[in-house]
Amino acid sequence: MAEAHPFDQARPATSYLKAIGAIVWKDLTAEWRSRELLSAMLVFALLVILVFNFALELDIETRRTVTSGVLWVTFAFAGTIGLNRSLAIEKDRDCLDGLLLAPVDRSAIYFGKALSNLAFMLLVEAIVLPIYSLLYDTNLFNLGLIGTILLGSIGYIAVGTLLASMAVQARTRDILLPILLFPVVIPVLVAAVKASSGFLQGSPASAITPWINLLVAYDIIFIAVAFMVFDFVVEE
Amino acid sequence: MEPQPNALKVLNGLSVALFLAALGMVFIYAPLEETMNYVQKIFYFHISTAWVGMLGFLAAAITGILYLVTHDQKWDILESAAVEISLIFFLVAILAGSIWARPVWNTWWTWDPRLTTAAILEMIYLAYLLLRQGIEDPDRRARFGAVYTLVGSLSVPITFLSIRLFRTIHPAVIGTASASSQGGFNMTPPMVATMLFSLLTFSVIFTTLFWHRARLGRLAQLVDERQLEAQS
Repeated sequence: MAEAHPFDQARPATSYLKAIGAIVWKDLTAEWRSRELLSAMLVFALLVILVFNFALELDIETRRTVTSGVLWVTFAFAGTIGLNRSLAIEKDRDCLDGLLLAPVDRSAIYFGKALSNLAFMLLVEAIVLPIYSLLYDTNLFNLGLIGTILLGSIGYIAVGTLLASMAVQARTRDILLPILLFPVVIPVLVAAVKASSGFLQGSPASAITPWINLLVAYDIIFIAVAFMVFDFVVEE
Repeated sequence: MEPQPNALKVLNGLSVALFLAALGMVFIYAPLEETMNYVQKIFYFHISTAWVGMLGFLAAAITGILYLVTHDQKWDILESAAVEISLIFFLVAILAGSIWARPVWNTWWTWDPRLTTAAILEMIYLAYLLLRQGIEDPDRRARFGAVYTLVGSLSVPITFLSIRLFRTIHPAVIGTASASSQGGFNMTPPMVATMLFSLLTFSVIFTTLFWHRARLGRLAQLVDERQLEAQS
């Protein structure tokens, strides 16, 4: 009994990163084996684009102005499906309780879940973009657009992961997430749509920079908030 | 049931008296505005109800944070009271604004930053109520409510900023020398007096309602506790 129990020692910072990595790895492995979350998000995203095709008659003139809007609505809708599923899996067989028992800071669980959710969302976006380019003969391979999508997705997932962890613990969990999430991510959607269409139409940098700044500010604020309050969301 | 405290009874009477006086000032004392005529009179209560909505919004944000810090149920009761009052008064402000906008802007609604932000705030409050409804455990309900209020109160100013980057037609009546926006006007001293009096009136009404709602929340909590005692 000369040695102290390992948990009594101060934990080095690497264990925090390792915990995040372990959760991301767990999610990616589980997804690789089942592929249910990604396939659902992807099929849904493609269906949304199909619906838009008929709802808006995406001819060349319309496409020029609405492409960024169509893309972001698609990402937002597919995103809620992914978020709901990703957190519902944790809740269903009390996996969340298991995670909470792990001797790591709770915010590590948040960052782990947020990173794997972000990975799923970016993957879906990476598949949807070329398909959209192909279907509508629009060149979407634009570094600015890809950067905007990255920034927008980070903000969306940062808030979404926090709210989804609350939604899955409520009685009305299946319908609650979009209702909670959409009114508070409006700044992300407004800024992302504006910046995306700015890049697609080749607007001057002065017209795009305010929107990018807004996205960065939103991302930083809400990652910080989620980091501070996640404890209250999973506390038993 | 415990009787209402005397101070609350005084506030009840004061609210009614002030409201009648404010109505009198709006319709008799305040002069008729030259171009907009009678329609302009709704402005006094539009500003006042929006002001109460803002008070409720601030109260909800502050009490939400206080709950997260202290874990005292008292703050949760105050927070949900503030949200409910703010929800109703913002709705009244939006409706009054619409009635004003119809003849002045020739439309019931525009996607102006203030209007849009008010509408989104209403959505956040409705989502807040739905969230609370879906959770039975009072402790968890309070924690989630406070977290959502915090997220909402941070996102609303950013929403306002983001929509402000578009051009606005909502008149900034207060704080600008020239009333350049459509529907703006310069106020005469009686108009300013009427507006300030309306603001005071609605602040008193807010305090009264807030007190009543908080008291109701506390009594409801007592009932729940008695029920649990009776069952065990």
